[in-house]
Amino acid sequence: MTSAAVSASPRRKSRVRLSLARWAPIALIIAFILAAIFAPLIAPYDPNAQNLLGRMKSPGTLSRSFHYLLGSDELGRDLLSRLIYGARVSLFVAFSSVILSGVVGVLVGMLAGYLRGLVEVIIMRLVDVFLSIPAILLAIITVAVLGPGLMNVIVVLALTRWPRYARIAYGQTLSVANMPFVRLAAFMGASAPRILLRHILPNIIGAVTVVATLEFGLMVLFEAGLSFLGLGVQPPTASWGAMLSSGRNYLATAWWIATFPGLCLFLLVLAVNLIGDDLRDRFDPRSH
Amino acid sequence: MVTEGGQQGHDEPVLAIKDLRIQIDGIDVVDGVSFSAHRGRILAIVGESGCGKSLTALSILRLLPKAARIVDGRVELGGIDLAHLPEKDLEDIRGNKASIIFQEPIASLNPLMRVGLQVEEALRLHRGLSHAEAQREAIAMLSSVGIPDPQKRAKQYPFELSGGMCQRVMIAAALICRPRLLIADEPTTALDVTIQAQILDLMKRLRDEVATSIIIITHDMGVVAEMADDVAVMYGGRVVEQGPVETIFAAPAHPYTHLLLATVPRLDGHRKSVLRTIEGVVPSVDQWPQGCRFRSRCPLATDLCAQRPPLAPVDAAGHDAACWHTDRLMELA
Repeated sequence: MTSAAVSASPRRKSRVRLSLARWAPIALIIAFILAAIFAPLIAPYDPNAQNLLGRMKSPGTLSRSFHYLLGSDELGRDLLSRLIYGARVSLFVAFSSVILSGVVGVLVGMLAGYLRGLVEVIIMRLVDVFLSIPAILLAIITVAVLGPGLMNVIVVLALTRWPRYARIAYGQTLSVANMPFVRLAAFMGASAPRILLRHILPNIIGAVTVVATLEFGLMVLFEAGLSFLGLGVQPPTASWGAMLSSGRNYLATAWWIATFPGLCLFLLVLAVNLIGDDLRDRFDPRSH
Repeated sequence: MVTEGGQQGHDEPVLAIKDLRIQIDGIDVVDGVSFSAHRGRILAIVGESGCGKSLTALSILRLLPKAARIVDGRVELGGIDLAHLPEKDLEDIRGNKASIIFQEPIASLNPLMRVGLQVEEALRLHRGLSHAEAQREAIAMLSSVGIPDPQKRAKQYPFELSGGMCQRVMIAAALICRPRLLIADEPTTALDVTIQAQILDLMKRLRDEVATSIIIITHDMGVVAEMADDVAVMYGGRVVEQGPVETIFAAPAHPYTHLLLATVPRLDGHRKSVLRTIEGVVPSVDQWPQGCRFRSRCPLATDLCAQRPPLAPVDAAGHDAACWHTDRLMELA
């Protein structure tokens, strides 16, 4: 009995620590999402309101009617308000591009894995082609053709990222489609769409979710990168990547302009990746 | 061709296979197999691995692997030749008029779907029943395959059930449309012995209740003795002997069947007697001898065996064997 009592306490402790590691990233992301949704209510000022007399004020400065909690940028705009509005862009772009590329990629990958034959050859070679094109190059070309802007960024990201989902869905479908229960469903007369949606999709969605989570973090960074290069969201719209880009010029004199958006990016991507790791562990059959 | 009735003293067969030939890469792996299955009876197809018993069974519902192809023969289910039916018309047969259960019960169930829904699937696909109606029937079926508390079990996932339970669920799913024919491909191989016996009992009971014809594929003579009404013994892609189970066990007429039965250890045998084996191994498909394919391992073989022996009646009770030397079997004892 004593051994049980001894072993019980460290186990409980590790469970608390585990659940903290599990819930902290989720809480952080929920906070970001809430900030993005309720930006007009939370943000202390209009993110685009300029105050040319209050340019590059350090955090905590009072200037005229502004109280810059996190400082001001080169046009005297409140950094905190711009960060809060910037979260909208980052999250919206990341969510939309993950969903768009995920849906397309999974659909195409499942078709290749289930139908095999010519469909498989065409789709998977196309995937190889897309994976061999440098993403940033494809992005620049697409933006050059379509012009910069929020929607175009999403299109670019979906265009460059769907092959990853297609590969995962393809591989998973190959193995699931050979399981007796899928053969049995086909035998019973279930149609191909029914088999794909009811029998195969639920069994591969775990692996896809893990990839999608890790991709989400990547998409946030990708959007920031495109905006940093001037290919993404255009001024004066606030975006963390664009803020990082403009703040870079003033790093020596006003460190806060680039640092805070960078910190937000870092925390968001870290939280998303932690969740992705956790999901991967949970979906890993070896952990059961 | 007209379906002949009352040929063996039974009513018209549910399934009649005639001169079935299946090829893989141009080699006959199933060569001129004929047998029939009757309503309310269990037919066991027995043989070693690679004798073509599974291919024969899978070919009935045209579930053959891509490489294998039916080149000749007829597979008649209720007078319809399934071997030449368009794929579209097969949909109405599969899972509805004829059903199948596989070896691995757990892998045969979708791990992420409640078992009740999986039992309903065939009903909804074939009868177009609503979820509520199908659910009622599914729960009744689960109860009749001996699943306690079927209401609760129907809402569970396969991982919450044992292997034996999963096989019961599979049987329920296979029988939900009350098929005329159930094919069971080694249905108890993956289960442990006590559960095996329960599943076999269950299948025997359902044969009577649903009045279905069951074809059971097995290599286990114990299962045959326990279950079957009729037996077809296969060797080298051919049926070498067939007939009622009592006759086959009491007086096998083919040397292969005789030796196969002799290899089964017996509780009432001499304790010190050596377990018998059949000399040699099954030749690979491209090395079967001319004529009788058991010739290379048969102690009774003579020059006559270079000609293919026909499957001929041994007695009047529907007992057939394909051997030139049925009268010399005494020499084997």
